[in-house]
Parts: sequence; structure tokens; C-alpha cells
Amino acid sequence: MSKPPENAPISFFLNGSPLSLSVAPGRRVVDLLREDLPLTGTKEGCGTGECGACTLLVDGLPMLSCLMLAAQLEGRNIETVESLEKDPVGEKLITSFEEKGAVQCGYCIPGMEMTALALLRKHPEADREDIRKGLSGNLCRCTGYVKILDAVEDTAKNLTAPKEMP
Amino acid sequence: MNPVLFPRTKEMLLSMVKAYPEARFMAGGTDLLVALRQKQKALPPLIGLERMEGMGDILKEGEEISIGAACTLKEVASHPLTRQHLPLLCQGAASVGGPALRNMATLGGNLCTASPAGDTLPALFLLDARLDLLSETGLHTLSMEAFITGPGRTALLPGELLHRIRIPIPQNAPIQHFEKVGNRNAMAIAVASLAALIRMEQGLVAEARLAWGSVGPKVIRSSEAEAALVGKPLREESLKEAAFYAGKAVQPISDIRASADYRKTVSASLLQRLILYRDSDCRGEQS
Ligand SMILES: Cc1cc2nc3c(=O)[nH]c(=O)nc-3n(C[C@H](O)[C@H](O)[C@H](O)COP(=O)(O)OP(=O)(O)OC[C@H]3O[C@@H](n4cnc5c(N)ncnc54)[C@H](O)[C@@H]3O)c2cc1C
Ligand code: FES
Ligand code: FES
Repeated sequence: MSKPPENAPISFFLNGSPLSLSVAPGRRVVDLLREDLPLTGTKEGCGTGECGACTLLVDGLPMLSCLMLAAQLEGRNIETVESLEKDPVGEKLITSFEEKGAVQCGYCIPGMEMTALALLRKHPEADREDIRKGLSGNLCRCTGYVKILDAVEDTAKNLTAPKEMP
Repeated sequence: MNPVLFPRTKEMLLSMVKAYPEARFMAGGTDLLVALRQKQKALPPLIGLERMEGMGDILKEGEEISIGAACTLKEVASHPLTRQHLPLLCQGAASVGGPALRNMATLGGNLCTASPAGDTLPALFLLDARLDLLSETGLHTLSMEAFITGPGRTALLPGELLHRIRIPIPQNAPIQHFEKVGNRNAMAIAVASLAALIRMEQGLVAEARLAWGSVGPKVIRSSEAEAALVGKPLREESLKEAAFYAGKAVQPISDIRASADYRKTVSASLLQRLILYRDSDCRGEQS
């Protein structure tokens, strides 16, 4: 018989709010989010680091929650797709994805958007080639990528466009 | 449930190794967690390296660049010191997986996995990297030749840690170039790769160092191919001649990604393609 898992306390920031909970240290972050919390916006595709569907931001950097353990979250700042509409860049991304029709089944989109969010925060001037490279770890089975690239490029243009004079 | 520990100092780390002799080190976990999950067993005790002091920094020490083994490949590819002095390594690091993976995967992990397809290995061989290993008995240093003992095998003893990677700064501004051929641009393990370090003097090749990845049990060098370039201008004819020797030196296998014959052809072609990169510069990553 296997021993019942021993939980350990961890504290981190999740989408801007402090959170303390007790969890098995070896639990995968994707399972913690989707099953325990439950924040099901983050998707699991491959479970082996290849598809990017499970991408979230850790201290602002895109990382793969299927290859990350709960214990690693201690003291970190985590952002999931659930926080997107409250973020100024995220909000623009959502609008652009809708306007450009950059979604089919939607499975890859949370990962795409979180990756794009980190990229555009750091490089709002990113051009199509930068965006293509930035999203190179995120797979999509449906769209053919063109509309996704259009949407992120559109967001970048929105971010860098000179403000109109009142 | 086994613990997942995050030592901050060498002392803490060594005492954890003692307390959990069956523990595995985990840097980014991108190789380790995939491998452990395939076995479908409970995780062993893990000693995570992401919070170790002195293992996540890149420094210039005298005429060397010293890189903490737990530096992510993103840091290695985008750091001003590596971009300035070690573009070859930047290019290798930037070739691994996609951006999110490179935010997790480390240089030390790439080395310790010792895959024949490890994208930083050819560069580290050519750059004469020295590896500082830490254990209870203290620090000792190995060359790449001594460290990588076979496919997936290293000279690390149980409980021994790769602490830092030290690389002499190449003198006289050699051409540094790494190129990888995979089945697609991102997230693909190399079918073949070539690292080249070529020093020119008055328009002629004064020194050529060449290393192929993914086409043998370890990184492959060819002294014949290197010699075929020396004393000549970097032109199509000399590269073609050297490519002939490259095709003989590599010992590829056939697997699901490519046939041995294809790998041989690609190894030779990669060398001939150097003509395109005579003025190559660092293609690392934006910070
Ligand atoms: C989707 C995907 C794509 C990939 N693509 C590529 C690719 O294109 N090119 C490529 O080269 N690799 C690729 N890899 C493999 C992997 O990402 C790299 O080898 C990476 O550099 C491993 O680093 P890590 O920090 O994640 O290692 P970990 O998984 O943490 O560790 C790997 C091994 O080394 C040991 N270890 C780690 N650090 C140390 C240390 N400092 N001292 C002693 N032992 C240590 C661990 O115990 C473990 O056995 C890919 C992996 C995935 C999942
Ligand atoms: S589910 Fe994590 S990368 Fe595919
Ligand atoms: S929209 Fe279906 S996977 Fe991308």
C-alpha cells in the first residue's frame, strides 16, 4: 500500500493575491491549478513540455506548468490566463484575438495568450518575426497560426500607436 | 511522498545529499520530470538547484567567463557577457526547445543529460569549457572530454554536483557559428548540428575547430576536416574538401528522426554552409 501523501505548506502570489495552501510538494502545478484550485483556464496538452498549452507566467516569464512542481512556487508570482482581462496588455490581446478570429477550438489559446503577454510587456515594439519566434514553443492544431500571428501583431501595433490628440 | 528541497548554500546542499543519498538533483526539470513520469513511479526525493546561491550567475573572471550550472538557457543566450564573448554558446543555447522551455532548462542540465543531441555540447567542446564539480570531498575540475563519457553518461559520481562552467574567452575574434538541423524550427531535437570556431589571419584560415552534434555517441571532431581548411581562404572549394572528411568522421545512427545516410549528408552540408556565415555574429536572444 502506498503511503498517503504528506502535504507541505506553500505560499505564493496567484494573479495578484497572496495564497497559502497545503499541497503535496511533488504535485504538478498544472494539476494544482486545474484540480485543486480549480482554475481550469490553463490547459494540459502533451504533458511533456512540447505543446505550450500549459504555459503560465512565473515572475513574469513564460514557463510550462506540466513540468513544474508545486514546491517550486514558494514565494513566486504566478499569473494564469484567468488574470488576462485585468491586465492592460492582456485586455488588448483578448480584443485582438476576437477581432482577428484567431480561435478555433480554443485549446491552445490560453498558452498562446500568456506567451504573447510576456513578450509584448517586454517588447511592445515586437514585429511579426519576433512574435513568430516568441510563439515558436506553442502548438496549435487548428488555426494554421496566421490569424494568431495577426492578432498578436495587431495588439503590438495598438500598444505602440501614438496616442491621438484630444 | 518524498520531499522536494531547495538548498540555498553549498553547506545545506551537502547535508541534504547526506540525509537523502537516493535523492536526484533537479535543475529546470525539463529532462528529469519527463523521464521520471515515463517510469510512472513515485518521485524520488528531489534537491532543486534553482535557489542555490552562486549557481545562477554569469561572471567575467580574468580571461574566463564563468557560468553557474543552474543558469537557464535563456540567461545564457541573452547575457551581455556571453553575447559579447561566446556567441557560439549563445547560438547553441538559443536552439534548445522554445522560449518557455529555455526559461526553465539550464546549461548544467543540458550537460548532465549528456545527450548526443544536446545543443550546447558542441560549443562547450570547442570552447574548451572546464567543469567545476562539487562534492563532500571538495571541488575538482574536469575537461569536456573527461566529463562526457558516453551517450547519456557523465563522470559525475553519486551526490556530486556540477557547480560552474568556466570558459576561456576566445582570443583574436574568431568566427563563431552554430547551426542545427531539426525536423522543424522550434522544439525539435537536432538531426545534426555543427559548431565552428574559425580564426582568420590575413584572409587565410589560421585555426579551425569543428564539432558535430547528434551524429555519434558523443560530439564528433575531425582533425582531417579542420586541417583541410588551415592556410586557405574560407571559400567553397576548401569547405567542400573539408566536408568530404566530415562525412567520413561522423558515426550517425538511423532513428525515428532521420537515417544515418541523411545525417552524413547534412553534416557535410552544414560545413559547406559556413560560406554563408563568414561574417557571422551572435544570434542569441533578446533579453
Ligand atoms: C519539449 C522539449 C524539447 C527539448 N528540446 C531540446 C533541444 O532542442 N535541444 C536540447 O539540447 N535539449 C532539448 N531538450 C532537453 C532539455 O530541455 C535540456 O537537456 C535541458 O538543458 C535540461 O536542463 P534542465 O535544467 O531542465 O535539467 P534537469 O531535467 O533538471 O536535469 C537533467 C539531469 O541532469 C541532472 N542535473 C541537472 N543539473 C545538475 C547539476 N548542476 N549537477 C549535477 N546533476 C545535475 C539531473 O539530476 C538530471 O539527471 C528538450 C526537452 C523538452 C521537454
Ligand atoms: S502540456 Fe505542458 S507543454 Fe504541453
Ligand atoms: S485553436 Fe485549436 S489548438 Fe489552437
